[in-house]
Amino acid sequence: MNKTENQKAWLFVLPVVLLVAFNAVIPLMTVVNYSVQETFGDNTFFWAGVIWFQDVLNSDRFHASLGRQMIFTFSILAIEIPLGVLIALTLPRKGPWVPVCLVLMALPLLIPYNVVGAMWNIFALPDIGLLGYGLNALGFDYNFTRQPGDAWFTLILMDVWHWTSLVVLLAYAGLVSIPDAYYQAAKIDGAKSFAIFRYIQLPKMKRVLTIAVLLRFMDSFMIYTEPFVLTGGGPGNSTTLLSVDLVKIALGQFDLGPAAAMSLIYFLIILLLSWVFYTLMMRNEAN
Amino acid sequence: MAKITLKGLRHSYKPDPQEDADYALQQLDVDWEDGGAYALLGPSGCGKTTLLNIISGLLTPSHGQVIFGDKDVTQLPPDQRHIAQVFQFPVVYDTMTVYDNLAFPLRNRGVPEAEVDKRVREIAEMIDLTATLDNRASGLTADGKQKISLGRGLVRTDVNVIMFDEPLTVIDPHLKWQLRSKLKELHQRVRTTMIYVTHDQTEALTFADKVVVMKDGQVVQIGTPVELFERPQHTFVGHFIGSPGMNVMPCEVRGGKAFYQDTEISSWNAASCTDASDLELGVRPEFVEFGPTGVPVEVAKVSDAGRFRIVDTRKGDQSIKLLVPEGGEIPEGNAFLQFAQDHTQVYRDGWLMS
Repeated sequence: MNKTENQKAWLFVLPVVLLVAFNAVIPLMTVVNYSVQETFGDNTFFWAGVIWFQDVLNSDRFHASLGRQMIFTFSILAIEIPLGVLIALTLPRKGPWVPVCLVLMALPLLIPYNVVGAMWNIFALPDIGLLGYGLNALGFDYNFTRQPGDAWFTLILMDVWHWTSLVVLLAYAGLVSIPDAYYQAAKIDGAKSFAIFRYIQLPKMKRVLTIAVLLRFMDSFMIYTEPFVLTGGGPGNSTTLLSVDLVKIALGQFDLGPAAAMSLIYFLIILLLSWVFYTLMMRNEAN
Repeated sequence: MAKITLKGLRHSYKPDPQEDADYALQQLDVDWEDGGAYALLGPSGCGKTTLLNIISGLLTPSHGQVIFGDKDVTQLPPDQRHIAQVFQFPVVYDTMTVYDNLAFPLRNRGVPEAEVDKRVREIAEMIDLTATLDNRASGLTADGKQKISLGRGLVRTDVNVIMFDEPLTVIDPHLKWQLRSKLKELHQRVRTTMIYVTHDQTEALTFADKVVVMKDGQVVQIGTPVELFERPQHTFVGHFIGSPGMNVMPCEVRGGKAFYQDTEISSWNAASCTDASDLELGVRPEFVEFGPTGVPVEVAKVSDAGRFRIVDTRKGDQSIKLLVPEGGEIPEGNAFLQFAQDHTQVYRDGWLMS
C-alpha cells in the first residue's frame, strides 16, 4: 500500500493556520512571554520566572477583585437565568405578537456596551437622572457615585437590563421547539402546570439553558466597558472587577509582567469554571 | 368505560364558517360501542385528527355534542374525560425512568403509592417493559417509547377510551407488525374502547372490528373490514381500500340493465336505477376475469405481485385492472372481461345505489 503524498494540501490549510496564528496563538504567546519577564524602558527584558504569578496569587488586591468578580457574576446569573426563563414562559407562542415581543426583547442586545454604560450613568445620576432623581424623590438616599451599595445595585440592574433578553431568547427557542403533543399528553395525564414545567419544559430547555449559563458566565466574568463607563470601578475600589483592575495594572501602571500573569490566571479561571458548569449541567446527558 | 356518542358534530377552524368548505368536519353522527376496536381511516387532511381531538377534548367542536355514556362532555377538558391518547411521535417524560413515566398519571391523580406500584408493575408486565422499568425513558427506542405512551393510558382504571393517532409512523417496519399484534392482543385482554387513527389501510383493517372511513371531513362508510371490501358504499372506499383499488368506470342504465361502452354488464343493483346519467360501475380487480365473451379490452401491462399477477387492461383511455392467480392464463392483445354479478355495483355521484 502506497500512501499518496500531496504536499499541495498544505497550501489549502495555510490561510486558516495564518488566521488562527495571528488572532489567537501569537497574541496569547506574547502574553505568556511578558508574564515571565521583567520589563524596563528601551524594550529591555530580563527573565523573571514565576515571580509575577506568585505575586498575583498572593496579592490582596487580586483576591479582592476576584471576590468582587465572583459576587457580581453569580448575582447576575442568579437573577438573569430564572428571570429569563420566567419571561420566556410568559411570551406568546403563536400569533401576531410573537415578532413584536421578540424584537422588543432583542433591543437591549443591540446597544453598544459603552452606550449602555453611558445611558445608565446618566439615568442613575441622583440630581438629573430619572432613576437617581426618582429614587431620591421617593425618599431613598441613593447616590451611586458615593455609596458602594448603590453602585452595586446600579451595576447589577444595568447588567440584568442589558442581558436578560439573551436568556429569554434562548429559553424561548427551547420552549417553542416542544411539540404540542407533549402539552396534550401532559393534559391527558392530569399534570398540573408546575409538573409541566418541571418534567417537560425544563428538560427540553436544558441544552439552551446550558448555553445561556455558559455565555452569561463568560461574558459577565470578562465584563469591562459597562462598569468602566458607569462607575469607573468606584466609589473607591468597590466595583473594581477583575478586568477593570487588569487594565489599571497593565495600562495605568504599565506593569506588563504582573498584568500578563494576571491575564493568564484570569483566563485559566474562566476556562476551569466553564468546564465545571458544562460538566455539571451535562452530566446526565450521556446515559 | 362507556359508550361514546357523537351527535350532530361539526367543526370549523374558522371563527365564522359560512359554507360547507369552511368546515374541517362535516355533519357527523356516530356511535362507538363500549369495548370496541375502531379505526378511523382516511387520507391526510380528511379530518380524522380533528375528530380525534374533539373526542379527547383537546378541541371543542363548533356544533354538536360529545356524549360519554349518558354524560355530555362536550365542554369538559381532556383530564376530566378519562381518556388516554397515544400520539404520532412518542411522548415520554425524558428525565424520568420508565417506572415514573407509567406512574405519572396515577400520581397526578393522587393515587396512593402502594396502589401505584401494583398497577405500574402489572401494566409493565403486559407491555413487556418490566426489564427496563428502572431505565431512563429517554434511552428507549421509538417502539419502547410508544409502549410507554400506551402504558400511561393503560395504568389508569378510569379510562373510557384509548386513542391512537397514527402511532406507528416512526416505528421501524419490522417492528410495526409486532406492535400491531401486541395492540390487538392488549385490546382483547383489557377490553377498553380503542380508536385508532391511520391512513394505512393494512393497519386499520388488521386492528379494527369496525372501520370508519373518512374523506373531506365526512364519514363515507362505517363497517367491518369485510363489508368495506365487498360492499363499498362509496367509490372512494372502493378505491382507497384494497390494493389495487376498485375499478370505477362510467356506465349507463337502460331498463334496469347496466351498460358499459354498449356491453351489457350484469350488476346486482342495476335494477334499482331509473336515472340514466352520472352513473358509475364499480368492481374490484378480485372479481374480474378473462372470458370468451364480455367487455372487449386490450391487455396493456402485467405486473407480478407474487401469488397473483395484476393485469392492466385498456379500452380507449379507460383502464380496468384484474387479478390473475398464479398459473392462470393471460391472453395477449385483445381479450374479453367478465365481472362477477354479486360484486359489481352501480354508483350515482359516487354513492352506492340501493
